[in-house]
Amino acid sequence: MIIAQQKPLKDIAALISDCKKVLLVGCAGCVTVCLAGGEKETEIMASSLRMMREVEGKPLQTVTYTATRQCDPEYIPPMDEMVKDVDAIISLACGVGVQYMAERYTDKWLIPALDTKFIGGSTVHGEWVEKCGLCGECILHKTGGICPIIRCSKSILNGPCGGSQYGKCEISKDVDCAWQLIYDKMKALGKLDKLMEIQPPKDWSKSRDGGPRKAVREDVMIG
Amino acid sequence: MKYLSKLHKILDSGQFAVTAEIGPPKHASVEGVKHHAHMMKDYVDATNITDCQTAIVRISSIATGVHVLGCGIEPIVQMTCRDRNRIAMQADILGAYCLGMRNMLCLSGDHQKFGNHPTSKNVYDVDSMQLIQSLRRMRDDKVFFSGEEIKEQEPRFFIGAVANPFADPFEYRIDRLEKKVEAGAQFIQTQCIFDMERFERFMEKVRERGIDQRVHILAGLTPLKSWRAAKYMQSNVSGMIVPDSIVERLKSAEDPKKEGVDLCIEQIKYVKEKVKGVHGVHVMAIAWEEIVPEIVERSGLYPRPQVDPSELE
Amino acid sequence: MTCTGNVDHRVLLNAFEEGADGVYVAGCMEGDCHFLKGNIRARKRVNAVKKILDEIGIGGERLEMYNLSSAQGGRFAEIANEMAAKITALGPSPLNKARSGNGCCGCSKEGEAK
Repeated sequence: MIIAQQKPLKDIAALISDCKKVLLVGCAGCVTVCLAGGEKETEIMASSLRMMREVEGKPLQTVTYTATRQCDPEYIPPMDEMVKDVDAIISLACGVGVQYMAERYTDKWLIPALDTKFIGGSTVHGEWVEKCGLCGECILHKTGGICPIIRCSKSILNGPCGGSQYGKCEISKDVDCAWQLIYDKMKALGKLDKLMEIQPPKDWSKSRDGGPRKAVREDVMIG
Repeated sequence: MKYLSKLHKILDSGQFAVTAEIGPPKHASVEGVKHHAHMMKDYVDATNITDCQTAIVRISSIATGVHVLGCGIEPIVQMTCRDRNRIAMQADILGAYCLGMRNMLCLSGDHQKFGNHPTSKNVYDVDSMQLIQSLRRMRDDKVFFSGEEIKEQEPRFFIGAVANPFADPFEYRIDRLEKKVEAGAQFIQTQCIFDMERFERFMEKVRERGIDQRVHILAGLTPLKSWRAAKYMQSNVSGMIVPDSIVERLKSAEDPKKEGVDLCIEQIKYVKEKVKGVHGVHVMAIAWEEIVPEIVERSGLYPRPQVDPSELE
Repeated sequence: MTCTGNVDHRVLLNAFEEGADGVYVAGCMEGDCHFLKGNIRARKRVNAVKKILDEIGIGGERLEMYNLSSAQGGRFAEIANEMAAKITALGPSPLNKARSGNGCCGCSKEGEAK
């Protein structure tokens, strides 16, 4: 899922310093799961901003709403009435949701309350790690199920580099060396010979580098 | 047969090679570089020029190489995968060749987090393995990385790579070395050796697989100036092993610099005489280039062999 | 509530927004939670809300969590007095001050004397 984290409250408050009434919109999708922008987090933020502004002597009115998802256009219209008299909209969705909101409410200033970080999953309750490099051409079958694009800090396809020591990446003792993990896994699978094949340079045009991407399923497009 | 470079000839003819390293400066003047080059000239066969080592901005390896060549030493251009995409790499490869360079060392490159521009974008379009292979194809198959033909003069480099017997997983390091040889590596420089025992175990496996018959391995060595330098490398450089005994030896020495030089010379003599399969040494006198002539001389490696230019391509 | 583990950040923030100058959460001794870790969860949530209170200018010291057993009647009274004294010393919450027109609302004895 998409993992995002809240921006510092002070930064968000600074952005709405001239606003008298704001709408805070949460999202029941990914950001609810990673505890950054769900209904609860939205209400906590609204409450905190109200009190902060009252202490400053510049009261703030807030309206909160949590959309099923902000990344599907059909879930945005229910907010049409709510946005009419607000000075700004704070979206607690990932970068995608903020953009859909901005697209519909062309005359309203959209403020992202979150920094969208990466796509990944949880390890233990409360911790999420980056897992997928979004490279557009998955090669997990060649690397024992470990993504070398994102879990190797240098996206090496014929690893490991000379900085791998004690199973850790040179950039930090807290980062596992993906290639150590790949080696261990391939060894366990009895497929070490596969690692002797030289992987050719990657086609990065399928990744972000080729420009904004699109995915289509013709068979469901009814026109 | 004509050789690609002086280093190529020396290694292929079975002579024990000596290479050293010059680190370009963090500014635009090459006076210091020229000074070091002149000093080392008769004591080395070729010298590496690092490529923004530790991700710190310095004069590029190729630009520095032009000056080093002008001083009479054969440069070994280092190219990392960190800063350039394949388009820039090939442009630099063509450029380096037409500027007279003939040796190229391919490496991944330290992550930019270690350097003075940690917020920069991380390129790593191709990795060192792919660079070695592509460099060989440019020379032998006359094609660009994309497969398109190079219609006129192709860049013809003596291709080098690195091996680190001290990184993990240990067993796989020999496999990876073999993979680099398959890809086209012709000479290898290892990470600095302090743990001689581990290096010997590595070389034993290398010999078992006949890899020393297919590629020239140069043992990497560094003279240490102080026990603090040793300690720093032990704790802060990923992929390096410095045994406590070495730190102790320097700590208890009366003249640590002399002790560091003595140790380096001992190591050179040891790998030359006792470790079969080592075809030369790579002396990395970090920030101490002046010491190279003494080390080479006292190790019995002076004078260096002469190579007739007519033997080179 | 049956367990402090049920305490939600919103309930704590709400109390301050409704006009509390101080809030304290009393939970069971750590290790004695009938629901195993409820009081531990409460402690973490209280700490998170304390941080928010600092950030928004209310002051995290106005919120505290205490651990005691239901048999400790004396300790309960002690805590109540301790908290009351602390909040009295701190004065009204900045939110209450702002609501009464930024003047001193006269809860400190010296203020009254003046």
